[in-house]
Amino acid sequence: MQVLKPGGLANEGAAIELRSIDKSFGAVHAVRDVSMRIDAGRITGIVGENGAGKSTLMSILYGLYRADAGEILVGGAPLQMDSPRDAIAHGIGMVHQHFMLIDSFTVLENLVLGAEGGPLLAGGMAAARAELERLGREYGLWVDPDALVADLSVGEQQRVEILKVLFRGARILVLDEPSAVLTPQETEQLFRILTTLKERGVTVVLITHKLREIMATTDQVYVMRQGAIVASRATRDTNPEELAELMVGRKVLTRLDKAPARHGEVVLRTDHLSLVDARGVTLLQDIGLEVRAGEIVGIAGVSGNGQTELLQILSGIRTPSAGTVEVGGRVFDSAHPATPAEMRALGLAHVPEDRLRQGMVGAFSASETAILGYHEDAPFTNNYLLDGPAVGEHCADLMQRFDVRPRAPGLRSSSFSGGNQQKLVLAREMDQAPKVLLVGQPTRGVDIGAIEFIHRELVKSRDAGCAVLVVSVELEEILSLADRILVMFAGRIVGEVAPAEANERQLGLMMAGAQAAA
Amino acid sequence: MHELGSILFLMAAATLRTATPLILCAMGGLFSEKSGIIDVGLEGKMLMAAFFAAATASLTGSPWAGVGAAIVASEVLALLHGFACIVHRGNQVVSGVALNILAAGLTVVLGNAWFKQGGQTPSLSHSQRLMPLVFPNAGDSILVYVALLSVPFTWWLVSRTRFGLRLRAVGEMPLAVDAAGISVTWLRFRAVLLCGFFAGLAGSYISIAQNAGFSRDMTAGQGFIALAAIIFGKWRPVPAFGACLMFGLLDAVAIRLQGLKVPGIGEVPVQLFQALPYLLTMFLLAGFIGRAVAPKAIGVPYTKEH
Repeated sequence: MQVLKPGGLANEGAAIELRSIDKSFGAVHAVRDVSMRIDAGRITGIVGENGAGKSTLMSILYGLYRADAGEILVGGAPLQMDSPRDAIAHGIGMVHQHFMLIDSFTVLENLVLGAEGGPLLAGGMAAARAELERLGREYGLWVDPDALVADLSVGEQQRVEILKVLFRGARILVLDEPSAVLTPQETEQLFRILTTLKERGVTVVLITHKLREIMATTDQVYVMRQGAIVASRATRDTNPEELAELMVGRKVLTRLDKAPARHGEVVLRTDHLSLVDARGVTLLQDIGLEVRAGEIVGIAGVSGNGQTELLQILSGIRTPSAGTVEVGGRVFDSAHPATPAEMRALGLAHVPEDRLRQGMVGAFSASETAILGYHEDAPFTNNYLLDGPAVGEHCADLMQRFDVRPRAPGLRSSSFSGGNQQKLVLAREMDQAPKVLLVGQPTRGVDIGAIEFIHRELVKSRDAGCAVLVVSVELEEILSLADRILVMFAGRIVGEVAPAEANERQLGLMMAGAQAAA
Repeated sequence: MHELGSILFLMAAATLRTATPLILCAMGGLFSEKSGIIDVGLEGKMLMAAFFAAATASLTGSPWAGVGAAIVASEVLALLHGFACIVHRGNQVVSGVALNILAAGLTVVLGNAWFKQGGQTPSLSHSQRLMPLVFPNAGDSILVYVALLSVPFTWWLVSRTRFGLRLRAVGEMPLAVDAAGISVTWLRFRAVLLCGFFAGLAGSYISIAQNAGFSRDMTAGQGFIALAAIIFGKWRPVPAFGACLMFGLLDAVAIRLQGLKVPGIGEVPVQLFQALPYLLTMFLLAGFIGRAVAPKAIGVPYTKEH
C-alpha cells in the first residue's frame, strides 16, 4: 500500500491531464471535447449546472464510464481506464455524491471491501484497524471502526468515504457534490479536512454547483456548460457573479428582489401537532405555526427532522396523532382527518418534496401530469371520459406561461429535465390560484436558471395573496425567499428568525439542535 | 426407558434424513440469495440432479459418478439462470420458474427415452447407491454428514472470508462493489455456481441415497421448503439450518401420524401435515419472528450505463 508522506511538499506539475475527452449517451452529447489539467497538491474545482456533464466527466476519469474519444494522462503517462480498479491502482479515489457505503456493514467492513488484504478477513481487518487509527490521527478523521454505517450521521458517513479512499493509498481525491447532504457546520468541517489533505500533499478535485464552496476552498476552477469547458480561472482572480454568469451563459440575479410582505389573515394554522409512528417513534412534537395570506414562511432544517411528515399532514396525506390543522377556517384532527382531495377543495395546493414519486407519474405524458389531482374537474373531464384536446391545450398553455421546455405536451414526464419537471408540477398547482401553497424542496435537482424563475413565481404567488409555506434544506434559498424563517430539529420547531437578522452560522447551529433562538 | 431412547433415536434419524436435502439446498440457495439473485429454481435444479444421479448410477454402476453427473446437471441450470439474470438482467423469478418447468418436463422425457419405464429410472442396487455409514437403520449416508458440515462451512465462508464479505456486499449494494473495483458479474456467477453445487448434492441424495432410483417429480416441493427455510432463517446459515431441521421434524412426525385417528374427527389427512411447513412459514413470518430482512438488492438486476 502506498503511504502518504506526512507534511510532504506539493509536487509541481499536473497530477491528471484530460485531452479531448468526448462522451455521448445515445442522442445526448454529455461531454464535448473536454481538456483540463489538474495540478498536483492543489484543490481544483469544477462548477456547472446540473446536467452540465461534471459527474459524467469524473465517472470517465474513475473508469465507471468509458470515453468515446480522448486521452487521460496520470502523472504524465497516458492510461486506459477500463474499470475503477485501474483508477484505484493509479491512486485516484472518488467520493461519490450518493455514498457507496453498505448500511448493514460496520465502518471497518466498508473500509476493507475491495482491499481485504487476503482471502481470509481476520488478518486484513486487524491491519485495517491499525491503518484507520493512523489515518484518523494524521488527518483528524476519527470514526468508530465498529459502528454500523446505518447508525452514523451523514457527515460521519462522508468521513468514512474519504477514509476509504485514503486507505487505498489514493493521492488524488475526487469529491462529487460533497456538501449536498451536509449541515453548514459539517460542510465547514469538510473544508477543513480538504485543506489538511492539501497540506499533506493530496490532490483534490471538487465538483459542485455551489459557488460559495468554490470560492472558499479551491485554487483553480473550471466552468462547464452543456458538456464543454467554457472557462478556466485562478480562484483568486474571479468572483461568484462571474462564475454564475459563465455557468448559465447569461447574467443571473443571485439575490432575489422582492417587496416587503403585505400580511393578510391567517389561512393555515396548526396547534400542538404531534405524530408518533407505528414503531412508537415521535416524528413531530407540538408543532404550532401560522401562515398568513401574502407571506412566505420558510422552514429550514437538515433533511429528516420532520419536515417531510409535516408536509404530509398539512396536505392531508397523513393523519396526525394529536393536535389540529386549520385550513381556511376548517379544523381537522385525528378524529376528523383530512383527505388530500378535501384539502385541495379548500384551496390548498401542494408541490411535494419528492416530485418523481409524489408529484408526477414518470410514464405519463406531460399533459397527464399537468392535470393529476384535478383530473376529475371541468374542463378536463365530462361524462366520465377525459377530454383529450382540452387536456392537451391546458398543458400547452401551462408550458407557455411557465417556460417548460421542450414545449411537448405529449412527451413522457420522465423525459424532461429536473427543472422542467418541477416547473410543470409548480404550474399545475399554481394554476389553481390556491389560497395556501405548500412547496417542498422547490429547487432540488433544478439548475440555476430555473431556480431563479421558480423563486420569482413563488414571490408572484405571494404578492397575489397566497399563503406560501416553503420547506427547503438549502439555507440560501430559505434566506432569500422567506419573510419569516422557522427552524425544525428533531420533529420540533426550535426557533423563529427574521431573514434580515439571520445569518447562516446561527441558523446552522439551530438546525443542528445546538441553540434555540434568542 | 430403553424403548423410549430408541424411539427418540429413530425420530432424530428420520428428521435428519428428511432435513438433509433441505439443508444442502438451503445452504446453496443462501449463496445465491445473499448475492442478490433470487433462486426459485432450487426445485428444478434438485430434480434435474436427482434424475442424472440415478440415471448415471444405473448406467455406470457407480454412485459417485451419479453424484458427479448430478452436480454437472445442476450447474448447467445454474449457469442458465446466471446467463438470464446476471448477463441479460432478466426477471429472476420468471427465470427460476422456467427452470422448474424445464426440469419437470426434461427429466420425464429423457427418462422415457433412455429407460422406457414411464419416466422412472431402473431400481438401483445397494452397490449403485450411497448406503448408511454407521447405523444401518438410520440412513446416515455420507451426504447426511456433508449436509451437517455444509452449515459451518457456509457460515465461515460468508462471515469470515473475503469472498463472503464481497458476497454480502453485492447483495446489498452492487454499485458499491463495482465502485470498489470488483466485478459484480463474476461475483454473482460464483454465488450461483456454489448454489448449483449444493443443489446438485441435494438432488443426488434424494435419488441415490434416500431412495433407490428416480421417479417423476420426486423432489415434491422440497426446493420451495428450502427457500422458505432461508427466509425463515433471515438469510443466515445457522437459523436456516434450524428451520430445515424443524421442517424435517414436521415431516418425520407426519409420517408417524399417518392413519392416526382423532376421536370425533376421524383420520387426520396426511396432506395437512405436508402443508404445515408452508402454513407455518406464512404464519410465523406474518409477525411472530419479526420482519425478515432480505438483502437490499435482491431481485434487482445490476445495470451500469456505458
